[in-house]
Amino acid sequence: MHRAKTGAGVMLLALLALPPLARPQAVGDHQYTSEAIELGSRTYTSQCALCHGPQGALVDGIDLRLGIFRGVASDEDLRRVIAEGSGEGQMPAFDFGAGEMEGIIAYIRAGFDPEGVAVRIGDPARGEELFYGRGDCSGCHRVDGEGPRTAPDLSDIGAIRTPAVLQLNLLDPTAAMLPINRPVRLVTLDEEVVTGRRLNEDTHTVQVLDSSERLRSFAKIDLSSFEISREPSKPPVDMNEEEVADLVAFLLTLRGG
Amino acid sequence: MKIFAVGILFVLFAAPVCAQISYERILQAEDGPESWLTYNGGYMSQRYSRLTQIGQENVGDLELRWLLQNQVFGAWQSSPIVADGVMYVTERPNSIMAVDPITGRVFWKYVHTPAENSLVCCGANNRGVAVLDDRVFMGTLDARLVAVDRINGELLWEVEVGDVNLAYSVTMAPLAVKDKIIVGVGGGEFGIRGYVAAFYAETGELAWKTYTIPAPGEPGHETWEGDDWQYGGAPVWITGSFDPEENLTYWGVGNPGPDWNAAQRPGDNLYSDSVIALDADTGELRWHFQFTPNDGYDYDAVQVPVLADMEWRGEDRKLMFWANRNGYFYVLDRSDGEFLLGNPFVRVNWSSGLDENGRPIPTPQPEGMPTWPGNQGGTNWYPPSWSPRTELFYFSAWEDYATIYQPEESEYVPGRAFLGGGFDVLTPAPGAPGVGIGRTNPINNWTDEVGHASLKALDPRTGEEVWEFEQFDVSDSGMLTTATDLLFTGGREGYIHALDAASGELLWKRNLGGQIVMAPITYMIDGVQYLSFISGHVLATFALRHK
Repeated sequence: MHRAKTGAGVMLLALLALPPLARPQAVGDHQYTSEAIELGSRTYTSQCALCHGPQGALVDGIDLRLGIFRGVASDEDLRRVIAEGSGEGQMPAFDFGAGEMEGIIAYIRAGFDPEGVAVRIGDPARGEELFYGRGDCSGCHRVDGEGPRTAPDLSDIGAIRTPAVLQLNLLDPTAAMLPINRPVRLVTLDEEVVTGRRLNEDTHTVQVLDSSERLRSFAKIDLSSFEISREPSKPPVDMNEEEVADLVAFLLTLRGG
Repeated sequence: MKIFAVGILFVLFAAPVCAQISYERILQAEDGPESWLTYNGGYMSQRYSRLTQIGQENVGDLELRWLLQNQVFGAWQSSPIVADGVMYVTERPNSIMAVDPITGRVFWKYVHTPAENSLVCCGANNRGVAVLDDRVFMGTLDARLVAVDRINGELLWEVEVGDVNLAYSVTMAPLAVKDKIIVGVGGGEFGIRGYVAAFYAETGELAWKTYTIPAPGEPGHETWEGDDWQYGGAPVWITGSFDPEENLTYWGVGNPGPDWNAAQRPGDNLYSDSVIALDADTGELRWHFQFTPNDGYDYDAVQVPVLADMEWRGEDRKLMFWANRNGYFYVLDRSDGEFLLGNPFVRVNWSSGLDENGRPIPTPQPEGMPTWPGNQGGTNWYPPSWSPRTELFYFSAWEDYATIYQPEESEYVPGRAFLGGGFDVLTPAPGAPGVGIGRTNPINNWTDEVGHASLKALDPRTGEEVWEFEQFDVSDSGMLTTATDLLFTGGREGYIHALDAASGELLWKRNLGGQIVMAPITYMIDGVQYLSFISGHVLATFALRHK
């Protein structure tokens, strides 16, 4: 499990100093109140997100949302690092009141999910049948090297998404879809039409996995049109509550490696 | 320009048309110079490109096309691969990036975080990937091999190559041969027992594994005493070569352990400091040639085996060229390992010459006296080049560089350094700065008096230097030659140089400002030839100025 896939720009520092990866947090630990999580959410956004990022993964080797830390195991460890700073001055010490401190830890431990995690989890075997059967998820998504690459690979989706987010993807994919994953349609100046999935973009260029599964890079100056859809390329099929729960359960079993 | 098309479905039919990087294509890599399909540009490892757009008459028109800034510290030793319009390059310790080779923008990045107890002697290095079919393969510092989808960067499998707790590691770019991915292990400073291992590309299942130190009962075991063979080092940390007609893969084997106390491990210590020829299908050892028996100087034979077909004294022969860390240049027959020629290319005093079989005549220096070449060698792992046009062999040598060794008894403790003493670089004044692994200081206060680079062009028929190009600092840069008789290389000072491969005349240079510790590569896309160099933390790509 010493692996992860990222967008770009992840910083990896001195290898010999890397501590063991912590396991992703078990979601649904309700030792903190929802008020604490809510307060933590606000404190995090104002005080922590600048360096750690809104998703908590901007610092090398650390993913706060997934509970991956460099030298932290217990809540007490977290409290100490926040109060004393860390990384030879890279992280400053924060002078929080007791309530704010508990809130931040609650928010981190809740996987950055202020709504809590009351997601119904069904039967993964039935979910797998749906995935490959009536749900036709496998028509676009790839798992463990099988299936098309046009939609995001889901081999480790259970390790990198919370149950609540997985559920939202099924119920309201437009609201849940990561912006980078939005389908794109490009028309080049020589009138080639390219549809695909955006992998990376900057001011002057865009990198796309096209519908023929080719990695392609375009200079925007060479495009006559560049459209991004808020809709997934294919909507999920209608599923009842039980089926959604089953599918979430199956997706949670996809943990890579 | 960018428009949000709310509510419109862009149906993405999965209809892959992506060409595969088949074994057959890698076999013909030299015929398809638009790509750069293996670490050394092809199985012969010549680092010679047939591209001709950039020539001696227009090399001055090269301009920078893009830079990719590395996000990590430390020497960037990776050699990119370019396959069907996508560049694959690793970042230390163990990330793979798929890069658009025209703009330098990144399609995807795969990150493997090595185990925290990974142990390597000389930096968290990684030298690149192998590609085969629709997959990219990387060895890791914690001695694992990963296979990643070439299109989307997703992990397909990950297997153990060696035990990280015993300080096994993989820093080399793997070699893809037929249906297998072949890697060797590092750890020669930690008492490993080295090997080369092949894994099925499809599944990661182990196909064969050949130790570089023979077990009891195997030929060569008699060159070790007692239990020394169990922790005798002999790592393999540089990518090998392959001759499909012979069905042989060739690997340079590193130093015996402990490094500097040869008296502690009597015997020749096979197959340390040797080239070994292994059957590509079974791993069976077909022949070996040992450059430095019972080495006490850390003279790893981890150079790239450069293969060439050439007339040799009246007959066509299958040759192997080898400028060794021990200061001698060798020519071998690669079908059977026969020694054909050996000649020193720098000052050598640990041996007074080679006998008729290529075995060195040892002349160990008295205690406290300097040994030439020094610990980093007359040359090292930096990839050489062979041009079939000039019929010259090019590589980076270190001149005027010597070491005073201090051997002492070492006890082997699993997972701990096993060095057998230490060494000092010979300096012209007591306490003066020496030269070490890599460059971290922009001010050269050690000066050329402790060692400096000489890019050498050797005629393999004689082993003699035809020309040299000297640099003030030492160089760990590899070589690239082209069909327009250009030679591209760099050095620790951060300059990239283009020279006339025939005469050594400097035709063009740029200061990229960071140490160049790998060889440049070249490729062509949409009719434009590109040159990529890694300098410091920057991957810089050049092409001719837009007309």
